[in-house]
Amino acid sequence: MSGTFVGMPAFPVAAREAVGNETLRGNLRHATHTIRDKRARAVAELDDWAALREAGKQIKDHTLRHLDRYLVQVEEAVTAAGGTVHWAADADEANEIVTRLVQETGESEVVKVKSMATQEIGLNEALEARGIHAYETDLAELIVQLGKDRPSHILVPAIHRNRGEIRDIFRSEMSEWGRPAPENLTDTPAELAEAARLHLREKFLRAKVGISGANFVVAETGTLVVVESEGNGRMCLTLPETLISVVGIEKIVPTWQDLEVFLQTLPRSSTAERMNPYTSMWTGTGDGRAGEGDGPRTFHLVLLDNGRTDTLADEVGRQALRCIRCSACLNVCPVYERAGGHAYGSVYPGPIGAILSPQLRGTGSEIDASLPYASSLCGACYEVCPVAIDIPEVLVHLRERVVQGGPAVRQGNRVVLKPARGHAAERAAMRAAQWAFTRPGALRTGQRLASRTRRLHPRTLPGPGRAWSGSRDLPAVPAEPFRDWWQRTRGGKDGAK
Amino acid sequence: MNSRERILGRVRRALADVPDDAGPYEEAVARDYLREHGHRSVPETVDLLAENLADYRALVHRCTDGELPELVARLLSAHGSGSVVVPQGLPTGWLEAVDAALVQDSAASTAPELDRIDSVVTGCAVAVAETGTIVLDGSSDQGRRRITLVPDHHICVVRVPDQVVSSVPEALGRLDPKRPLTWISGPSATSDIELDRVEGVHGPRTLEVVLVDGS
Repeated sequence: MSGTFVGMPAFPVAAREAVGNETLRGNLRHATHTIRDKRARAVAELDDWAALREAGKQIKDHTLRHLDRYLVQVEEAVTAAGGTVHWAADADEANEIVTRLVQETGESEVVKVKSMATQEIGLNEALEARGIHAYETDLAELIVQLGKDRPSHILVPAIHRNRGEIRDIFRSEMSEWGRPAPENLTDTPAELAEAARLHLREKFLRAKVGISGANFVVAETGTLVVVESEGNGRMCLTLPETLISVVGIEKIVPTWQDLEVFLQTLPRSSTAERMNPYTSMWTGTGDGRAGEGDGPRTFHLVLLDNGRTDTLADEVGRQALRCIRCSACLNVCPVYERAGGHAYGSVYPGPIGAILSPQLRGTGSEIDASLPYASSLCGACYEVCPVAIDIPEVLVHLRERVVQGGPAVRQGNRVVLKPARGHAAERAAMRAAQWAFTRPGALRTGQRLASRTRRLHPRTLPGPGRAWSGSRDLPAVPAEPFRDWWQRTRGGKDGAK
Repeated sequence: MNSRERILGRVRRALADVPDDAGPYEEAVARDYLREHGHRSVPETVDLLAENLADYRALVHRCTDGELPELVARLLSAHGSGSVVVPQGLPTGWLEAVDAALVQDSAASTAPELDRIDSVVTGCAVAVAETGTIVLDGSSDQGRRRITLVPDHHICVVRVPDQVVSSVPEALGRLDPKRPLTWISGPSATSDIELDRVEGVHGPRTLEVVLVDGS
């Protein structure tokens, strides 16, 4: 994945810093609580939500089970409709393909629709290294790009910024990239949006190359779908002469009819609207069907693997590929709300990021090995997920992999992972627990001893246990072990009153 | 080995544990969700469309077939429009009362030219009541996708009840995926600043929908 996040500290280190940032916590609390309440109302409007959720899950699972067949079908349909299909095994290859395609147009500027896939592969940086400027046109992405910042939310990448900070970024940075911010720009959202409109319009009107991702690709027709709100997506998808779409291979749905499920569940789960303001659907270059000159004359689809087939190989973890990137799980997560998106060290933050990043990238780095622990396992993420990804189940599965090691697939090859460093204390504790639970006598003696010495217990653990107790209150040991209490009150033949 | 073969090979190896279930796709997914939500009469469905369009800040007007030219002229003049882009196949009668300069859409017109035009008037392919959505499919009364995007004011005429459906599933059933499709629910909007919804970013800041009865 992207080099942007290389060298990130492990989640607990990054999160500790973020938790101390009161502005960040205030912004996030306000934003996540606003959206989660709205989402609940939007979902409650549909009596058949549970059935839609189950259908979405089944559609995605079916597609994943036959992904080879559907990939080939997509290729055939897009090619038949006048598009060209490219296959990219990893980020470097995808960046190389896109760079070459842009160079072949002779252009040195591109406009971009917000796309998680291109962020994941670090496309903007790769293009910049070859002298091609990529302009982000989604308002939040623009804020991130102008602020030389990193995204912290899947849907609202600048969620960590408040209006005052955004005004300051616009005032100081817009002139570097093009049309400066208006004089006397205030921090009202309407004025900030207007400043973005003026700044970006000059870029849209002259753009020859657009780059996008896609929310869905329909295998039977070769149709791509982009869901958005501002109209920047429509600008990038229809005004340029050349359109390049970089799409993860998990975005496929088999049939046109399948969209009826996701066009109902995605907007309500993400922005809590009945429908997002704009949805664009196009099939290849649409030659001969629509009016002449409607949309790009050249269309390229880049199908991206970059760790997805490795994820597919994991029987428990593959369900993460059902994700439709709605970000509902971020907005309900108590850990995300306090730690913020940057602490996850990936373009995919929050609960879904905690299972997706370590699978796409492997658990080799410190940050990736720490992500399965970036959760309280409260399960709120599973409750809101519109495709029913059991995130807690995958988190626990990945924790086991980090601690115990074991078989996995990396870049298509079967490997046996070693246990990650830094979990020696956890392994020792688990071994001790296993020993004690198989020896009732020892357990009883230990519990009694613990109860009698409870006044002497420290508030934090010594040695390697300090890392655990540093962010938690130690559970209080009861005055009397349960079995003793049972014996005393109800265990006797007479029972107790 | 090229990347196509590499990726397809990885997919097949990754799915080695999956039993072969070669049944037809129609049987693979339980589609026991609703085709529409609630039971409404046709007039109630049209009312719901009007209500949901307005809820996302579209301006909704209703008129009869005969009143349409006057209404369109009045809306354009109230908006102060001096120029209007017109799809090739728009019924000519719709604009017969309009004073503003009419600019026929053509493949030769460029984005900067469109940017200097105040308004656009189109028909639509279908409208979805439950979500307050109009869908354009590039038919001759709707024109190219860009003409409803670059000008700042869009007037869309919906023939009721013929073009109105209740739900997203019903709308998809009426649409041809081979055509370029644009689904529009209210004017351009963003929620990127503190998740407060603000209307008007890159698309038209004003969307007016005219529901024409009895046509």
